Amino acid sequence: MSRNITLNINGAQHTVDVEDRMLLSDAIREKAGLTGTHVACEHGVCGACTILLDGEAVRSCLMFTVQAAGHEITTVEGIAPAPGELSVVQRAMQDNHGLQCGFCTPGIVTSLTAYLRDFPNASDDELKEALSGNLCRCTGYMGIINAARQAQKEIQGSAK
Amino acid sequence: MKPAPFEMHLPTSVSEVVALLDEHGDLAKPIAGGQSLVPMMSLRLASFEHLIDLNGVSELNQVSVNGDSLRIGAMVRQSTAEHDPQIVKSAPLVAKAIPHIGHFQIRNRGTVGGSIAHADPSSELPAVALALDATIEAVGPNGSREIAAKDFFVSTWETSLIDGEILTGVRFPIWSGKCGFVVEEVARRHGDFALVGVAAAVQVDGSKVAKAAIALFGVGGTPVRASEAEQALIAGGTSADLDAVGNLAAMNLAPSDDVHASGEYRKAVAATIVARAIAKALKEAQS
Repeated sequence: MSRNITLNINGAQHTVDVEDRMLLSDAIREKAGLTGTHVACEHGVCGACTILLDGEAVRSCLMFTVQAAGHEITTVEGIAPAPGELSVVQRAMQDNHGLQCGFCTPGIVTSLTAYLRDFPNASDDELKEALSGNLCRCTGYMGIINAARQAQKEIQGSAK
Repeated sequence: MKPAPFEMHLPTSVSEVVALLDEHGDLAKPIAGGQSLVPMMSLRLASFEHLIDLNGVSELNQVSVNGDSLRIGAMVRQSTAEHDPQIVKSAPLVAKAIPHIGHFQIRNRGTVGGSIAHADPSSELPAVALALDATIEAVGPNGSREIAAKDFFVSTWETSLIDGEILTGVRFPIWSGKCGFVVEEVARRHGDFALVGVAAAVQVDGSKVAKAAIALFGVGGTPVRASEAEQALIAGGTSADLDAVGNLAAMNLAPSDDVHASGEYRKAVAATIVARAIAKALKEAQS
């Protein structure tokens, strides 16, 4: 069965025809053409497809597209404050060599953006645990952890 | 890795859900957070003709305290239960179990009721429900009923919910006085399926242990209550031999072997983590 629905992605409306069984990750990439959301394991383990649904980080491969109608979706393309600029988290990833091949990066950027917004005062262990939901096959975890620490400091600083 | 075709239904009330389940029978499956169900469908371990989405049923999102119990609606997200001040205060064992579930992105979507209804033997919340003698609320074609947690878990992924019934909420008794609540588990990595875990609660009164609740998970088809260990702890008080309590809890377990661990190893770990969990719970209760 398929149906016509409207998705709100990064503030823009995308009216798409989707099968009921279509995963949200596939609709974001193939129907809305936003290929920043990456798909790897397709069963919720790797974290590459993480998006924000009404601001909360979730796996887009563990939802069906038809469940997302009426909700606000933010993908990695919607994280930067303006074209050509970087968010605090994105800049921290760049500064700390937080990406090598970059495949896992969209999921890490979306996850960290939501996590640091909600838990700016997380301990270092909590920060690492939060990152444990995203796999990096380049195994460049130290760069990612350092990026998370830098972003956290900046966010704490701007809250003062 | 794509689910087999199905038709999605998007009801907005429990009565609509029950009508849809009645109409489509065992060709239909309710979907809550989907954090276990969608992978199973993508891996083609499960397929359904109809999915009935509970995410639009707002009446399942309520959290309330009524007398000496805390009711958590089926669709309350695990991340909400982890941080909600009322849940943290009234049912600390629930809040403490949740960080062990997957990762925060999974808990943002996964639900309390979905985890309990899914009844995976290695999952945390079924063991918490069993330990605390929670009451499961269900609604089906014949109206609503209540099921004691001890009668709810039948086998792996199998509960005593009958065809056409859905879990609508869970009531957890609120413990008062000097209490300690601990969830311990051993997994290959944090967030992985538990090899063995324990949910434990104690209430102390001076050197006495007034109440004890211990349930293990990952050790069989269902969570397992360690009644003999609870009795030994109550008999021994705060100076009970905790290694002996742990051994009693593990004594009758028969966990199976798999690629992650042997049954024998799981049993040995069970004894150890029960002792460790009780020690921590007693410390918390006495602090």
